[in-house]
Amino acid sequence: MSVFIIRRLLQASLVILVMSLLVFFGVNVIGNPVDILINPDFTQEQREAAIRALGLHLPIHEQYFVFLKNAVQGDLGISFVFGEPALKLIVQRMPATLELAFAALFLSIVVGIPLGVYAGLHPESVAGRTIMGASILGFSLPTFWVGIMMIMLFAVMLGWLPSTGRGDTVEVLGIHVSFLTWDGLRHLFMPALNLALLKMSLVIRLARAGTREVMHQDYVKFARAKGLSRRRVVLVHVLKNIMIPVVTILGLELGSLIAFSVVTETVFAWPGMGKLIIDSIQLLDRPVVVAYLMIIVFMFVTINLVVDVLYSLLDPRVRLQDLKE
Amino acid sequence: MNLSGSHLVGAIVAAGMFLAGGASAEELRVGLAQEPSSIDPHYHNLGPNNSFSMHVFQPLVIPDEKQRPTPGLAESWKPIDDTTWEFKLREGVKFHDGSDFNADDVVHSFERAPNVPNSPSSFALYVKGKTVEKVDDYTVHIKTEEPYPLMVNDIWNIYIVSDEAADATTGDFNSGKAAAGTGPYRFVEWVPGDRIVIERYDDYWGEKAAFDKVTFKPINSAPARVAALLAGDVDVIGEVPTADIERLKADDGVSLFQGVSNRIIYLHMDQFREKTPFVTGTDKNPLLDARVRKAISKAINREAIVERVMEGVAIPAGQLLPEGFFGVSETLKPEPYDPEGAKQLLAEAGYPDGFGLTLHSPNNRYINDAKIAQAVGQMLARIGIETQVDAMPANVFFTRASSGGPDNSPEFSFILVGWGSGTGEASSPLRSLLATYNPDTGSGASNRGRMSNPELDALIEEALQTVDDEKRAQLLADATDLAIGELQGIIPLHYQVNTWATRKGLTYTPRTDERTVALMVGKE
Repeated sequence: MSVFIIRRLLQASLVILVMSLLVFFGVNVIGNPVDILINPDFTQEQREAAIRALGLHLPIHEQYFVFLKNAVQGDLGISFVFGEPALKLIVQRMPATLELAFAALFLSIVVGIPLGVYAGLHPESVAGRTIMGASILGFSLPTFWVGIMMIMLFAVMLGWLPSTGRGDTVEVLGIHVSFLTWDGLRHLFMPALNLALLKMSLVIRLARAGTREVMHQDYVKFARAKGLSRRRVVLVHVLKNIMIPVVTILGLELGSLIAFSVVTETVFAWPGMGKLIIDSIQLLDRPVVVAYLMIIVFMFVTINLVVDVLYSLLDPRVRLQDLKE
Repeated sequence: MNLSGSHLVGAIVAAGMFLAGGASAEELRVGLAQEPSSIDPHYHNLGPNNSFSMHVFQPLVIPDEKQRPTPGLAESWKPIDDTTWEFKLREGVKFHDGSDFNADDVVHSFERAPNVPNSPSSFALYVKGKTVEKVDDYTVHIKTEEPYPLMVNDIWNIYIVSDEAADATTGDFNSGKAAAGTGPYRFVEWVPGDRIVIERYDDYWGEKAAFDKVTFKPINSAPARVAALLAGDVDVIGEVPTADIERLKADDGVSLFQGVSNRIIYLHMDQFREKTPFVTGTDKNPLLDARVRKAISKAINREAIVERVMEGVAIPAGQLLPEGFFGVSETLKPEPYDPEGAKQLLAEAGYPDGFGLTLHSPNNRYINDAKIAQAVGQMLARIGIETQVDAMPANVFFTRASSGGPDNSPEFSFILVGWGSGTGEASSPLRSLLATYNPDTGSGASNRGRMSNPELDALIEEALQTVDDEKRAQLLADATDLAIGELQGIIPLHYQVNTWATRKGLTYTPRTDERTVALMVGKE
């Protein structure tokens, strides 16, 4: 077991190392941040001084080694733009993104599962077909466009919801959250829905497929033969069994909700990590871009590691395979 | 009778406006296209930060909406000899933290501004070569080694902070601990990415601020910014995209305000390489020949670009700054569209069949930049210069355009760029774009065509040492005549016009420096 975990940890650190290498050199190829950050009135000498101040005059591999040395000590560099530690900037904005991601996850479950189960129980009905049709739209419409349309409809034309920002926040255990205030909830709803649409469609499809499969299983037939109410059959026996694939997939998708909320955050000016990363890419704020991507890689690697460990606990064959090699 | 009737109506209207003004509009919400990177007024010398600083902090001299100097913390100023300027400071001014403003604060601010740690773009630019001396509590002398006429245009970038908080770090400003200025608003809080809040400072020395509270919300995405205004979530937005202007004009709930800026959009041509990389069909560099450059200028239909590409929101340009700015030429007009004349010039220069050319342009820096480049490309094709357009994001473009070639030389042959005159007069573009590239003197820093003409250099040099305004204006105009009219060092396309939108009932006074500032917002 411990051999297995150690091996996985080594693999994970290798992935992070390669990632940092790719991102570091990749951002460097795009352009020189100084050309974006300095005032155009700067003279050649002052531009040179700005390059030195950011350490960009060193050869790129030296810059990378300095970065690695600091990264090992937990310092991912100072943002070129804000002059503050990149890690701090990202962590500052993380709660907003996490809140948005979990709200979207919540929405996709509470809306997606009932609709999916309904469509699975009545596949030929008009409602069932409509749900499936809508889920295709949810998959295929671009998030940016849907976001703008939602703003036009709910904020501009109907005036029900605010179009931008995060609203009032409350501090809970040192973290600012908006879902506990009415104003915050109103601000949260549209971006969360926009982010949830894709996952919602996914859940609908999974739930529908699962329901149709499970409904023909022997134990469902037996339950019905036993005289259980339809309600109990669906809510207990069917629902329990379709939840396994849904939970597995959503667990994996949570990572992508957090990492790729970029578009939604930009449209709704949601002050999360995604908006920070887009701004940072435009300004070539390399420390922030590198730190962000490393955090995301770390998150994915951790999720996969946990899944692998769980698998090996559940299934001894995985461990045995490792030992044999 | 008639008279008193109209008086009565006037009085009622005035009373109504007063009531409306008193009851609503206590808070102003501004949608910003770009968020400042700090509250520290000496941290990042760039548009978004300098715009925000204007609310909380003040320089000795404040540039008004047309970038003309108006008294700030200095009540008056004058050169007392060739190399010394005297500033008489305003008495009785208090910082937001209660401390008194005097000459020590000025000395401290000029010391601090160029030396802020981690600053990505330093204010050293404006402080270099100047020595600040306190004469008495309310008089300072600023000395330079050479006569320096642009003193006022330089020091209006240095915001004065209190010397009580001498050790304040950028972090102390961002948290609000040290963010005390003398401006009409005091800093309340900054939640990065979400909002910046300021409130009226009641002990302000001048006219009190119009709003109790101002909230700035960064909304980078242009359609989202327009939607936020339409939805009533913000009251004012800047950088309205030209494509939305028609729609907003038709909306009764929105008012639009437009003003010409100090920014010229122009074409720059390789004028230093014998063989230039992005020209095909000839072994030489045709752009070295002034007749070819003139031909390109004649081939461009500026009216059509303004009308079609810019939706009418721009002004055709014939020189470096629009009419009314200091040091512009009286004689230069936008080059009329003349494709026949252009072909003739090309033939005279030895290119009767034209040549191939690539025009490089940013695609997210200036209003409609990539579209303008495409229009220019098509117009040049008509006189036989087969033009390809290559547009790219600004973060890629500027590095390659300035130093992408061998030995950090400019990479491209023909580019579309813009220049905003930070000083609000003609020496800024002349010195940066058209003077000979020389790292030792700092001239020609953005001269990406590397044009070099000794006569022009001498004129610019002389202008920059002439303190007498009238003489200097003439020298700058002469230099412009030579650089554009005769040499065609760059090809001016148009002056950018900026658009701000407010909800009905508010007004915005457009600024030539393109800044979106709450101080410019008024009530109808």
